Amino acid sequence: MIALREVSKRFGNTAALDSVSLEVRPGTTHVLLGSSGAGKSTVLRLILGLAVPDSGTVLVDGIPVEPATRDGLVGRMGYVVQDGGLYPHLTALDNAALPLEARGWPRARRTARVAELAAMTGLDAATLGRYPRELSGGQRQRVGLVRALALDPPILLLDEPLGALDPIVRAELQDHLGRLFESLAKTVVLVTHDLREAARLGHAITLMTAGRVVQHGSFADLAERPVNPFVTHFLTAQTLGGVAPAAR
Amino acid sequence: MPARLGAGLALLVLAGLASSPARIRAAEAESPVIRVGSKSFTESYILAEVAAQIIEQVGEARAERRVGLGGTGVTYRAVESGAIDLYPEYTGTLARVILKDPATETPPALRARLDPSGLTVSDSLGFANTYALAVRADLADRLGLVTIGDLGAHPELRAAFSSGFLERDDGWPGLRARYGITVSRVDVMEHALTYRAVAGGQVDLMDVFSTDGQLERLHLRLLRDDRHFFPDYSAVLLARRATTERFPRTWAALRDALEGRLDDRRMARLNAMVDLDGRPVADVAAAFLGGRDAEAAAGAPAHRALLAEIAALTVDHLVLVLISVGAAIGLGVPMGIAAARARQLGQLELSVVAVLQTVPALALLMFMIPLFGIGKGPALVALSAYALLPIVRNTHAGLVAIDRQLLEIAWVLRLGPLRRLARIDLPLAAVPIMAGIKTATVTTVGTATLAAFIGGGGYGALIVRGLAMDDTATILAGAAPAALMALGFHALFELLDRIVIPLGLRG
Repeated sequence: MIALREVSKRFGNTAALDSVSLEVRPGTTHVLLGSSGAGKSTVLRLILGLAVPDSGTVLVDGIPVEPATRDGLVGRMGYVVQDGGLYPHLTALDNAALPLEARGWPRARRTARVAELAAMTGLDAATLGRYPRELSGGQRQRVGLVRALALDPPILLLDEPLGALDPIVRAELQDHLGRLFESLAKTVVLVTHDLREAARLGHAITLMTAGRVVQHGSFADLAERPVNPFVTHFLTAQTLGGVAPAAR
Repeated sequence: MPARLGAGLALLVLAGLASSPARIRAAEAESPVIRVGSKSFTESYILAEVAAQIIEQVGEARAERRVGLGGTGVTYRAVESGAIDLYPEYTGTLARVILKDPATETPPALRARLDPSGLTVSDSLGFANTYALAVRADLADRLGLVTIGDLGAHPELRAAFSSGFLERDDGWPGLRARYGITVSRVDVMEHALTYRAVAGGQVDLMDVFSTDGQLERLHLRLLRDDRHFFPDYSAVLLARRATTERFPRTWAALRDALEGRLDDRRMARLNAMVDLDGRPVADVAAAFLGGRDAEAAAGAPAHRALLAEIAALTVDHLVLVLISVGAAIGLGVPMGIAAARARQLGQLELSVVAVLQTVPALALLMFMIPLFGIGKGPALVALSAYALLPIVRNTHAGLVAIDRQLLEIAWVLRLGPLRRLARIDLPLAAVPIMAGIKTATVTTVGTATLAAFIGGGGYGALIVRGLAMDDTATILAGAAPAALMALGFHALFELLDRIVIPLGLRG
């Protein structure tokens, strides 16, 4: 389980997070929804231990994330960023196999594991020998996902994983991810500004703005029982864009 | 990281110590050798070569030639520190420049004064190479210049003096005061180049040595020193006393063969054989020892000897470049990594390395002499230090330019510091690092030509000799291969980039 208890974090004069509390239930997908600058990515960075809160506590499986514990805890997490976060000088295979290489897996076993995950994420095996710049955005994203899944961590943290993709690929990958998370029973924290993505993938949604939590709940909660006009405004601004949310 | 930095610096110091005088003396015990030095002008080369050949004939010790060391300061320090055992010097120079006591102009007086420094001198070799002022003969005729005092009537003349002459009390400052003369313009020029300027009419007046072989050929006339300003510059051999005592037969043979054997005309003729006839110094020295120097100069088959020398110097130069760049890579890449890791310390480190680069290369080489003596070792230390900046700076710049997110991901993937360095950081910074190494290598090929000024060898040996003898062909024989080698390295690095720079990073 992942939990934030009254976590605040400032960068200079800006409050990135202002007393944020939230809980992610094991085996579910929790979406952090909000416009850019809402503090969603900072939540992921705090969970990973890449940033330290000014006040409050971040717990992963009941252990507070601190400089002393973060090296051990990060091993339980897979991390996917926008556009994959791939190393340009390594092939897709070497990129995806990097965590396996770091754990000393022999090459044959690494290749087999990556091939297995590539099939699972819908990545064409022929693309594994290519360099990132030779891949499409969707392919890069899948390689990043394979890398995050390589050591089968119980927790997946995804920061705008589909943000750089065109709408068709994006929709296709959203479906794919939903099925994947379901079948692997991962605890997922997914950051997005896309309402449709939140609706499709999130068992629970935390809507944020300006470093504060506006509302926790299911998509239906947000749509039908908004706590204030901002929630309604945020939801309608995007639905008016033409994509109808499909309630789960 | 500081530990790594410290180890690197220790390495640099060790590399220098490898050639320290102490080490040189240790090697001496194994195989007896006498190191003969010279300053960088023809007469000094010839006398040193004559001495070396005598040493070889006696056979008590091997002769090692460390010629063309530069001016008085460098060469005297070399013999004082034991980097060389002996070299040709002049009584007036020792008395005025080194001892700063004009009263010690005779060999016995010098011997007494140099004794505490562990040095001794031979008696006069027979000729005095005094300073003199020279003008073109046609100018002298036109203006009626006979004595130095006659210059007083012609303040419009332009002069070019060697830096030693311009600054020494027994040079231009004293001369000007004694005769009360002025000139419209004084430039400092490398002596060998001044001849051309005078012959070409760009300069009217220059300082020369009275035994200069070129005076006649270039139609230069000496102005008479009727007020006896210039002191006696009798040639002597300046040697370490320990060497003369350890190899008594050799020292006796040197004195016997040279003392009183060379008058001004004979020395001027030997100088002319090298300067004007282009005969190799070794030939001229052998001719003198065989009593054959009065013969007309034979057409010397210099080409084959020069080609063989260039081949040997190419290997020499490559060794200088490869070792110094290798050391600079071994030291510079870790230093660049350290600078990128510890930002504040890194800025300090980068500043220090940059300051090192602002020291003129020649000056840096000269600084090596009191620390490490002369020869290849000190040259390598100086060249390595000089090659450091582009490598450290580019490694640092390449590493700090890496996308921060990619480095965070490396931590999330738990790569560990060493694997991260090898798999992520260095490959991602490969393009700038390789560019830095390439810059360092190509410039080192050029800078290494200066190594010859402190006896480090390489193509510079030809350039130094060519400058000393005013021989453009010899200068080019050193400069052209150096330029070719620089081009060669450039091409090699284009090739190397294809191997070292990861496929995914190539544009």
